Amino acid sequence: MVIDCKHVWNYISDFIDGALPEEIRVTVQKHLDHCEICSAILDSTRNIIILTADDRVFELPVGFSERLHKRIDLELMRFAP
Amino acid sequence: MPQVMNRPEPEMIAAILAGDIQLYHELIRPYERSVYVMALSYMKNETDAEDVAQEAIVRAFRKLSSFRAESKFSTWLISITLNEARTRLRRQVLVRMESLDQLPDEGNGLSPALLRDWHEIPSEAIERDEVRKLIQQAVDRLPDIYREVFLLRDVEELSINEAAEALKISIPSVKVRLHRAHLILQKQLAPQLRTVNRTPKRRLLPWL
Ligand SMILES: [Zn+2]
Repeated sequence: MVIDCKHVWNYISDFIDGALPEEIRVTVQKHLDHCEICSAILDSTRNIIILTADDRVFELPVGFSERLHKRIDLELMRFAP
Repeated sequence: MPQVMNRPEPEMIAAILAGDIQLYHELIRPYERSVYVMALSYMKNETDAEDVAQEAIVRAFRKLSSFRAESKFSTWLISITLNEARTRLRRQVLVRMESLDQLPDEGNGLSPALLRDWHEIPSEAIERDEVRKLIQQAVDRLPDIYREVFLLRDVEELSINEAAEALKISIPSVKVRLHRAHLILQKQLAPQLRTVNRTPKRRLLPWL
């Protein structure tokens, strides 16, 4: 089985996720071993996923939790005065 | 998504329903952040997002007796949050909603950014406002159906199954949308982050 770069791009998410069937994974890996472009795309996609998952990217506003629990308390009081 | 360490959730939920309502504070604590992030992804501003997050969490309390144990509490809470955000947006008529049944194509025709000189981006990059803003903007710009899948799966770390359940879409749809989100983000962010990263304090591999 021979695949070209465009096929590899379609497999990138599943490759990162470890969700490819063994035969395809091996074929993709072989392509990545000698294709600089696809391995750069793989690295950058993986890096972007890692960066985006960092808690600091989407931070809670200051005081969010306190205000939320006050709101919950109001609701609980209505429910059981 | 974080797991509750102290007490099993089904037990807490049963206790709340039996009248120990103060336990609700404890039940939702691990999910505050996820609820906020999902609300923010729709509302696009902090004030509305906080409002939606509070409303969704209060609504979940009111509806708690209808929660069925075959799904996870976190998944159920996220779908209430998404509903709340969508309802509010529709009411505000701020954003054109995309059809939820619409299945995107397989990502054909979308090619990634071609980078020959991609270097590792150090996680310290996140400490820079500039980098955080670039990432937030890129995620904001994703079409709704891709953004919600991406946030649930990659940012909030739900499983594929849980994401499918929270969004009420099929597992293949989750995979296809997630992949498309990856390609769009990679294409948009890789060149920008490379530029940002071009003035590093030190090279990671100084001999190259
Ligand atoms: Zn290639």
